[in-house]
Amino acid sequence: MSLIIGMCILLGCQFLGEIISRALSLPVPGPVLGMLVLLIGLLIRGSVPASLRTMGEGLLKYLTLLFVPAGVGLIQHFGLIRQEIWILIATLIASTSVTILVTSQILQRTARQRPAGKEEEA
Amino acid sequence: MNALGLEQIWVYLSASPLLHLFATLLAFILATYINRWAGGTPLLHPVIVTIALLIGFLLLTGTDYATYFQGAQFLHFLLGPATVALAIPLYDHRERVRRMLRPIVVGTITGVATAVISAVGIAMALGADPETIFSLAPKSVTSPIAMGIAEKLGGIPSLTAGLVLITGVIGCIVGPWIFRLTRVTDPTIQGYSMGLAAHGFGTAYCFASVGAVAGAFSGLAMGVSGLTTAFLLPPLVHLLGL
Repeated sequence: MSLIIGMCILLGCQFLGEIISRALSLPVPGPVLGMLVLLIGLLIRGSVPASLRTMGEGLLKYLTLLFVPAGVGLIQHFGLIRQEIWILIATLIASTSVTILVTSQILQRTARQRPAGKEEEA
Repeated sequence: MNALGLEQIWVYLSASPLLHLFATLLAFILATYINRWAGGTPLLHPVIVTIALLIGFLLLTGTDYATYFQGAQFLHFLLGPATVALAIPLYDHRERVRRMLRPIVVGTITGVATAVISAVGIAMALGADPETIFSLAPKSVTSPIAMGIAEKLGGIPSLTAGLVLITGVIGCIVGPWIFRLTRVTDPTIQGYSMGLAAHGFGTAYCFASVGAVAGAFSGLAMGVSGLTTAFLLPPLVHLLGL
């Protein structure tokens, strides 16, 4: 029964998220708003119900499997990909490297300004 | 059994959702074994191998994507509730977030802006199609959120899904190298940067190769940057009138 309750909480939040997204015609995907709804709910409640944790963590554990159906959809874009393959590869490598570089440097600089934090684990 | 019988069975199976759902799960198990056998290299990430196996299977059997998706949609549907479930790790890390609020806010906004602007800028400079650019913009965000954003922008969600996966692989390869070169040793910073730039792949890498703190921060970054991108990117694109 607990899996069903957990799934109902997740689907309920997603449902609310979709309604909010559509009603206010927000450019944010429904499930993302559902995630916010759930986060606010958890903060108000002060704990994660066991049923929700079982279902939610089960889904997150296999999150990578859930990407597969969409990823196979690449098969429809072979034409586009072949045409722009070098653009795509160059963009992805350059942009990902720059993002990691900038983020880590900014974090290092802003984190240094706070009183030296303790590192519990290396 | 004669050839005609086999053919009839194939006709039945190839039209029912059962075959392709089953094939997806089997391919995933096989890919997990292949990755373990290859020593867990991010180049042969289970998801990439699964997708390659399935694309090969569809090409060999001459099946079109719509038929495949009839079976796979049951897994695809779970992306929605899985996105909602990302609230659980975010909630678990609320204390840490409060303690590091300033660096996290500044780092997330700069990081997300860098990810989006560099992707769009480079692709535009190289002369990519608008559809490709919209599909590239959310590439650093975890797939379920990225696909939602691409759809809202007018990109191609399934192309985005693939680009997101490749971004994850690239992040796992260049990240450790960048940290060594710039002497970033703090596991919280390594984790947060990896999660922001390379979503779930970065998180998995951090848990496996850096440590638990880095992994937790990476997961946090994945959730926070996903939310930030989802809220900032579509209005930004509308504003730019792209």
